[in-house]
Amino acid sequence: MFDFDATVLARIQFAFTISFHIIFPAITIGLATYLAVLEGLWLKTANEVYQQLYQFWSKIFAINFGMGVVSGIVMAYQFGTHWSAFSAFAGSVTGPLLTYEVLTAFFLEAGFLGVMLFGQQKVGKNLHFFATCMVATGTIISTFWILASNSWMQTPQGFEIVNNRVIPVDWFQIVFNPSFPYRLAHMTVAAFISSAFFVGASAAWHLLKGNDTPAIRKMLSMAMWMALIVAPLQAVIGDFHGLNTLEYQPVKVAAMEGHWRNEGDKPTPLILFAIPDMDAEKNHFSLEIPGLASLILKHDLSKQVPALTEYSAEDRPNVLLVFWSFRLMVGLGLLMIFAGLWSAYLRRKGSLYSNKHFLRFVLVLGPAGLLATLAGWFTTELGRQPWVIQGLMRTQDAVSSHSVTHLSISLGIFIVSYCGIFGVGYRYMMRLIRKGPGIEVVTSH
Amino acid sequence: MEFDLPLIWFGIIIFATLMYIVMDGFDLGIGILFPFIHDEDDRDIMVNTVAPVWDGNETWLVLGGASLLGAFPLAYAIVLEALTIPLLIMLLALIFRGVAFEFRFKSGAEAKPFWDKAFMFGSITATFSQGVVLGAFISGISVSDQQFSGSSFDWLTPFSLFCGFGLMLAYALLGATWLVKKCQGELKTTMQQLAKVLTLCLLLTIGLVSLWTPFVQPNIALRWFSLPNLYYFAPVPVLVLACGWALIKSLNRDDNYQPFLLTLGLIFLGFSGLGISIWPHIIPPNISLWQAAAPDSSLSFMLVGALMIIPLILVYTFWSYYVFRGKVTKDAGYH
Repeated sequence: MFDFDATVLARIQFAFTISFHIIFPAITIGLATYLAVLEGLWLKTANEVYQQLYQFWSKIFAINFGMGVVSGIVMAYQFGTHWSAFSAFAGSVTGPLLTYEVLTAFFLEAGFLGVMLFGQQKVGKNLHFFATCMVATGTIISTFWILASNSWMQTPQGFEIVNNRVIPVDWFQIVFNPSFPYRLAHMTVAAFISSAFFVGASAAWHLLKGNDTPAIRKMLSMAMWMALIVAPLQAVIGDFHGLNTLEYQPVKVAAMEGHWRNEGDKPTPLILFAIPDMDAEKNHFSLEIPGLASLILKHDLSKQVPALTEYSAEDRPNVLLVFWSFRLMVGLGLLMIFAGLWSAYLRRKGSLYSNKHFLRFVLVLGPAGLLATLAGWFTTELGRQPWVIQGLMRTQDAVSSHSVTHLSISLGIFIVSYCGIFGVGYRYMMRLIRKGPGIEVVTSH
Repeated sequence: MEFDLPLIWFGIIIFATLMYIVMDGFDLGIGILFPFIHDEDDRDIMVNTVAPVWDGNETWLVLGGASLLGAFPLAYAIVLEALTIPLLIMLLALIFRGVAFEFRFKSGAEAKPFWDKAFMFGSITATFSQGVVLGAFISGISVSDQQFSGSSFDWLTPFSLFCGFGLMLAYALLGATWLVKKCQGELKTTMQQLAKVLTLCLLLTIGLVSLWTPFVQPNIALRWFSLPNLYYFAPVPVLVLACGWALIKSLNRDDNYQPFLLTLGLIFLGFSGLGISIWPHIIPPNISLWQAAAPDSSLSFMLVGALMIIPLILVYTFWSYYVFRGKVTKDAGYH
């Protein structure tokens, strides 16, 4: 499928390091907000359960945050080491956005994190709560800037090109580019869902083990309220995002749908299963529902979705990967919506904390939010190919001029170190989760 | 009035780099000093003196990278491509030591020695690589037609390796004097002794680097040793010596704060010497900061944010250090 030339190796390294990285911020965004809510509720109600949960999750948050910081520094430098042509060409747009992210978000998070994690005996309760809120705010602001930058690469506007360099003309247009609002909403909600299922699965594990405490129940309850509300909301946002993509990046949608050609004025079917074949320009083993893609994407049975063969082969993304990563995301999303609905039903029946089938289902869905987030990113990033900046710069022209040997060695080292370090970090997080929230008071801290 | 935007951004990046060297310098320095301290409680204290602030310290490195990309995309692209190998080594080393902050305490007794080593070797390797990057940067980078035209190993020279060792001494001294400020008893005494030795070694290294640099780049010799420049710049080495002397005196007096402040002075002087050597090039020896600058629309957009937010960052960073002021004792950690 691939020749392992320098561009492919650099792409694999980028995909590998960013995939590892995005897991940490996704959890950080959700957990930071969760911690702020817990501390706020504790201050308001003086209910010790909230305090216990805060202590418990802040430790897991600390490990996760540290891993996010160090894997993030790699990203800030990799644009130059591996994608120097891209940086020289478009750094005038992506650089200022990244700088704003550092100034308004990274410093805010890191600056108040120390007080949040270590400062409970050093500052008053309200000031400590303020620090937690600042960390949570920082994570949201960070999402804003990095998605502005990514969305600009998907749907660029507000610039001109002089001497083969991007010159920013209108920053408002650059930041609020057409796909930005949808992508921002989609990713922020994805982070909340990922964290809700991470927290929910932890609670389910304890309940299955028989550790039925008020704190564990509160954990499951809050997580499932979140799932019930935001998982369906995410489907709606995703639909709007898809319509936006159809307007600005139709070939990406054609790849997501595995839709090769329009025949006559037959409405476009929704393909449930297929093995897209890029050489033969068709699908194998296709299972489809007639007309449904027209209905979902055009909201009209008489309109067709653009087809892959309407674009020249060199402008198409890898259909097999985009098609299946999209289906993985949607499939996991549906399972999570179902979990939310099931929780509401059991809550009414009063067996939310005791139904073993449900608890096992929630436990299995623990990584579902993160996997769906990754699958979504693979869909949108692979779907933008062969462009690094849609319509402006091809990925093959963006890469630094390192040798294949050099890139292979550095990729190998990254894979081994990341799997080792972050694998161990994951184990430590799991170990903490197994301990569960204890009866801890602030002074023993 | 016309602002010279590239010049202002050059100043901001210099400031960010200096903040990084000073702030991550002392927490990297603590890792470099690990081989001299074997007691586990002492090591915990050393790590706990920086645990609440290290994330913030490292953020200055991200600001340096991001603002270089935004303000001087060409320099970012060329310099980072040329220095890919030492930079990747630095990044990996920073990962090992960064996670060790949390992992040391959460790994349990059997794995703690491993994370101690990760913290130590990670800090040493990251510092050494930064020194190599600095040395290779001063030595100059081959550019033709606005692209890097050297080879992957151009950075590997005796001079850059020597700069690696030099930076390890500088960070170790920052770490030692930071611990003098934050610790008590035997640990403090040990650090005072180490700091004296490190001061002498660092002065010697600064001297050697200063003598060596002009041979690496003829332009730099011209900059320092032509008249009237010689008169303007002569105070720099004199001040370095004065600062070093005051530092030793202060360590002998058992001061708490002064040794750290004087080390900052020493670092600042060394850094300004570097600035004099390369000015006004952002890719030594030929590409000036104006040639590599981003368009004004990028620079002015970023400047609004930088001028409003950097002062705010300094305020809450200072506040965070203030919250964690004073000596750190054995039971201070939250773990």
